[in-house]
Amino acid sequence: MSNTALFQDKVVGDRMNRVDGRLKVTGAAQYSAEYQLPGLVHGALVGSTIAKGRITGIDTKAAERAPGVLAVITHLNSPKVPGFAAKSNPDEPPAIGQPLRVFYDERIYFNDQPIALVVADTLERARYAARLVKATYAPEEHRTNFEANKERGVLPTQAKRNPKSPQNDKDRGQKDGYQTAPVKLEAEYRHPSEMHNPMELQSIIAHWEAPDRLTVYDKVQAVKGTQRAFAKDWNLPEDNVKVVATFVGGAFGNGLHNWPHETAAIIGAKVTGKPVKLVLTREQMFTMVGYRPYTWQRIGIGATRDGKLVGITHESVGQTSSYEEFTESTLQQTRMMYACPNVSTRYRILGLDISTPIWMRGPGEATGAFALESALDELAHLLNMDPIELRLRNYADTDPDNGKPWSTKYLKELYQMGAERIGWSRRQLKPGSLREGDWLIGYGMGVGTFGANRGAAKVRAVLRQDGTVLLQSATTDIGPGTGTAMVQIAADALDMPTDQIRFELGNSTFPNAPSQGGSATVNTVGSAVLAACIDLKKKLQQLGGASFANVQPEQLTLTNGQLGLKANGGPRTAFADLCKANNGQDIEVTTEAKPGNERQQYSMYSFSIHFAEVRVHALTGEVRVTRLVSGADAGTIVNLKTAGSQMIGGAIGGIGMALHEGAVMDDRFGRYVTKDLADYHVPVHADAPPVEVFFVGKPDTIVDPLGTKGIGEIAIIGVAPAITNAIFNATGKRIRELPVTPDKVLLA
Amino acid sequence: MNQFQYVRPTKTKAAIEALAKDANAQFIAGGTNLLDLMKRGVMTPPRLIDINRLPLDKIEKAEAGLRIGALVLNSTVAEDKLVRERHPLLAQALAAGASAQLRNMATVGGNMLQRTRCSYFYDTAMPCNKREPGSGCGALEGHNRMHAIFGFSDKCIAVHPSDMSVVLVALDAAVLLSGPKGERRLAFSDLHRLPGDTPQRDTNLEPGELILGVEIPDSPFTRHVHYLKVRERASYAFALVSVAAALSLDGNTIKDARLAMGGVAHKPWRLSAAEKSLIGKPATEATFRQAAELAMQGAKAFKHNAYKLQLAPNTIVQALKNAAASA
Ligand SMILES: Cc1cc2nc3c(=O)[nH]c(=O)nc-3n(C[C@H](O)[C@H](O)[C@H](O)COP(=O)(O)OP(=O)(O)OC[C@H]3O[C@@H](n4cnc5c(N)ncnc54)[C@H](O)[C@@H]3O)c2cc1C
Repeated sequence: MSNTALFQDKVVGDRMNRVDGRLKVTGAAQYSAEYQLPGLVHGALVGSTIAKGRITGIDTKAAERAPGVLAVITHLNSPKVPGFAAKSNPDEPPAIGQPLRVFYDERIYFNDQPIALVVADTLERARYAARLVKATYAPEEHRTNFEANKERGVLPTQAKRNPKSPQNDKDRGQKDGYQTAPVKLEAEYRHPSEMHNPMELQSIIAHWEAPDRLTVYDKVQAVKGTQRAFAKDWNLPEDNVKVVATFVGGAFGNGLHNWPHETAAIIGAKVTGKPVKLVLTREQMFTMVGYRPYTWQRIGIGATRDGKLVGITHESVGQTSSYEEFTESTLQQTRMMYACPNVSTRYRILGLDISTPIWMRGPGEATGAFALESALDELAHLLNMDPIELRLRNYADTDPDNGKPWSTKYLKELYQMGAERIGWSRRQLKPGSLREGDWLIGYGMGVGTFGANRGAAKVRAVLRQDGTVLLQSATTDIGPGTGTAMVQIAADALDMPTDQIRFELGNSTFPNAPSQGGSATVNTVGSAVLAACIDLKKKLQQLGGASFANVQPEQLTLTNGQLGLKANGGPRTAFADLCKANNGQDIEVTTEAKPGNERQQYSMYSFSIHFAEVRVHALTGEVRVTRLVSGADAGTIVNLKTAGSQMIGGAIGGIGMALHEGAVMDDRFGRYVTKDLADYHVPVHADAPPVEVFFVGKPDTIVDPLGTKGIGEIAIIGVAPAITNAIFNATGKRIRELPVTPDKVLLA
Repeated sequence: MNQFQYVRPTKTKAAIEALAKDANAQFIAGGTNLLDLMKRGVMTPPRLIDINRLPLDKIEKAEAGLRIGALVLNSTVAEDKLVRERHPLLAQALAAGASAQLRNMATVGGNMLQRTRCSYFYDTAMPCNKREPGSGCGALEGHNRMHAIFGFSDKCIAVHPSDMSVVLVALDAAVLLSGPKGERRLAFSDLHRLPGDTPQRDTNLEPGELILGVEIPDSPFTRHVHYLKVRERASYAFALVSVAAALSLDGNTIKDARLAMGGVAHKPWRLSAAEKSLIGKPATEATFRQAAELAMQGAKAFKHNAYKLQLAPNTIVQALKNAAASA
C-alpha cells in the first residue's frame, strides 16, 4: 500500500492499530446481546409459513404451559404500539423506522413474518416453546416470482411526487441515442437477492427502565435514528429512549433500518416487565432483516468505430416488498461515469410478497456497476479494443450528469497504477488465449464510484482533570475502525499523543451524528472532531491566559499534561491549572460541523478500480480468483491499515457477489430454499486470493477539511464485473447472471 | 429444539439396549448433523444416546484390511499414517469434506449416516417424503440444482452428501454392525438405499443397530488415486459432483480401476461398468472419456441440474487424469 508523503509528522495516514482491537480479539468488547441485566429473559420468534394471507387462528396454549414461559405474544394479545402508521403501506417510508407493524393484525405480507414472540426464562425454553405455537391461515395467492412479474415494475412514489427526485427517468441528449451508433449492443443482466449475514446476528435487549423510559442495546447503525423511531412508536420524548450500540459485529447496511424483531422485543419487555433479549437465528437473518434486492437490468450501449461513446441506455427493475418502497441508486454511475452525449436511465421497483430489502455495501451502485462495467467490456470486445483504452477515450473531465467540475478525480491515475500492479500487459485481447494445463486464465477490470457524502455532526470534546481528552459523538462503528480514525484526527488537531485520547460512540445520549452509512462517517464526524478539537484549544487559550492569547490554535500542543506552544521554549501550563481556572471542572466544548454550499459548485465522488486475474477450469467450470488488485481515489487516507482492510473486505465481498452469493426462492411456496450458510455461500479463505490494495492518497479538501472522500462502498463497487469480465477474457463466455457458479460456466 | 432425554453409556451393549427400548431414540456422536436437524425441527428424538464413551475410536490393522472405529474423528482419519499409506484416496475425501472445525467433531459413523442436505428436507414448512412420508417431494418440481441424476424415484430425488462414503464404496469396504440380534457385516455398497417408495429410510440398518466401524480391504490403489470434488466455492461446500478414482497401472496400461461418484444419487454411486471398461486400456484421455460416457448411461436430469450431465463425465475424466498423473 502506498500513500503520498503528505502526512509527514502526522498521525493521520499512519497504520495505527485499532484502539479497540485488543477488546475485540480478547472478547472484552460488549455486543448488543452481551449486556447482563438483572432479571433478563429471552425471546424467540415464530415466523409465518405462508407468504400472503391471513392468520385464522393461533394456538398458543401448549407454549404457554411449557416450562419457564412468561408470555406468548401475538396480534391477538399484543399491546398496541401507539405510533404505528394507520396504513399498511405508507408510500414514502422513512429510512429509519418500521413500516411492518409487528403483531398488529392478522395480515401476512411475507413468509417467515413474525407472528408470535415467546418470552421465557432461558433461551432454550423460549425456543422450545416457540415450536409449540401453531397457526392456521387463510392463504391468498402470492407473488414472489420476480421474472414472471418484471413487467409490473413501477416508478417509485417519491419520484412520481417529486419531479426532482433522482429516481425519475432521465435523458441526457437524445433518448435511447445509443441506437444510432455504428457499433452497438444490448444486454440484460441479473443480480440475485443477496442476504445480509454479518458475523454478529441481529440482536437486541429491550428494557423499560420505567413505564415511560426505554433503553435498548440494539445492533444498529444509527443510534439517533433508532432513538427517534422508537420514541415515535411509543409516543415518548426522544430523551426517554436510550439506544446503545457500542460495538457492532458487522452490519453492511442491515442496521440502517429498524426491523420487526426490534419492536417485538420492546413489546415483549413491556408485557413481561422484564428486560427481553432477542437474538435472531441465522435462518431468520434470511427473512427478517433485509437484503440486497434482486435486480434486472438492461443496457443498450453504442459507440463510434474508434470507441467514442454515442449513447447508453440503462434500465433497471429492483425488488421491494408489498408494504414498503425500497429504492437505491442503481443507475447513478451510468449517469456520471463516462463522457457520452446520450444517456437514458429508467428505474422501476417491483413490489412482491417478500420482506423489505435494505442497502447492502455499495447499495445500488454495486448492482448498477455490474451491468455498466460489463457492458463496457462487451463493447470493448466488439470494438476489438483494450477496455482501459475504451474508458480513457470516454474519460469525463467534468461531471456529464450536471456539468459541474469534480472536487477531485484521479481515475486516470487509478487506471495506470492498477494496470501496472496486475500486469495488464499479459492480458490478451482475444478471449481464451491464456492457458495453464486445464485452467484458462483471464484478466478483467471494473470501475466503481460512490458519492463523497458529508452530513452534519456534533462532537463533544472534554479535557479531563486526569489529563486525557474524551471525545463523544452518537455515530457508530460497524467495523471500519471509526474510533481509531477519530483518535488519529484528534491527535493531529490537538497535537496530543493518541494514547491520551478516547473516542466514544454508539450511544444516543452523545451529541447528534448521522447513521454510519454511505461511506460518510469520516467526512462527517471526522470533520466535527477536527472542529471540536480546535474549539477546545480555543477554550484552553482563554483559560490559559495572556501567554496563549495571540497564537493560532494550530500552534498549540497538548503534550506532557500541559498546554504549550509547538515552538520550543514557549510558556507551558499544566492541564490541572487550566481546570482550576475552569472552576475545578473538566473543560468541555460541543461543536457542530456541517458542509457548506460546495455541493452546489462541485460534483464529489470517490472512485475505485478493481483488477482481477481468474482461472477457469476447462472441464468443470470452476472459477478461482487468483489475484485481485483494488485501488481507490478516496482522498486523504486517515489510517492505511484500516482503510486497507476496508478495501480487502470489499474486494472479498465482491468475489461473493460475482461467484457465490444468491438467495433462491421457491415461488410455489414463496419461501427461500437457501436459508443457512451451508446453502447460501459466501467466500471462504480458500476463495480469497491476496488482495493488493493501493490508494492515490491525494486529499480533497472541497469535500471536507480533512480531505477524505469515503472508502466503504467503493471497495466493493466494480469488483464483480472485474471478475466476470476476467471470466470472459479467460473463456469467451459472457455470463450476465450472478453468481457465476460452475453450472452456468458449463452451460454457457 | 425439542426437549429430550440424554444418556451416555460406556458399554456397547448398554448403548444398543438403550436404543432398542425406544424406537425414536437416536445415537449421537459428533452431533454436527443431528443437532442441526434437531434445531430445525427436522428430527425430534425424545432421547439421545451419546456414544462418545464407547470404545470405538481406534484405527487398527485387521486380517481383512484396515479397521476404522465408528468414533474415529474425520480429521484423525484424514491425517492417519496408516490410512494415508494404504488408502490415500480415503484421506483425500475426508480432507475435502466440511471444515476443519467440523472434521474435528465429526465421526466416521456419523459421516456415513449424515442425512441429505436437500432444502425441502430441512424446511418443515415445505413438503418432503423423506421427512414426512406422503407429504410429497418438494424438489421434484422445485429447485433441484443439487439433486440426483441416477437412481431417484418420484418420491425422492435427494442425494447423499457424504464424501467419505464415495471412497468407501469404491474401495469395497464393509460396515461392522452390532444390534439386538447380534453382530453382522454389511458390504458398504449395501449400506445406503435408493429412495424407491420409502425415502424415509436412508440405509439398510436394522432397528437398534450400532455401527462399530468399517473395514477396508488392502488394495493396490495406493498411488494413482484422486478424489475430485467440484463445488461452488474452493472449500467448505458440498459436492455438485465428486469422483473417487483409483488406478493400478502397469506402465501406462490400466491393470485395475475403481470409480465412484458422489452428488448424483441417493447413495454413493459405484461405476462398475466404467471400471471394467478401463481395464487393459492405456491411461489416456480418450480411454477416460469412453469410461465416462459409459458411466453416464441412464442418467436423467431435472429442471435445474442438467449441468450435471456434462459436469459428471467431465469430472470423471479429470479425476482419472489426475489419478494417472499422481505418484
Ligand atoms: C456446514 C457443514 C458442511 C458440511 N460439509 C460436508 C462435506 O463437504 N462433505 C461431507 O461429507 N460432509 C459434510 N458435512 C457433514 C459432516 O460430515 C457430518 O455432519 C458428520 O460427518 C456427521 O458426523 P457426527 O459424528 O457429527 O454425526 P452425528 O450428527 O452425531 O450423527 C449423525 C447421524 O448418525 C447417527 N450415528 C452416529 N454415529 C453412529 C453409530 N456409530 N452407529 C449408528 N448410528 C450413528 C446418529 O444417530 C445420527 O442420526 C458438513 C456438515 C456441516 C454442518
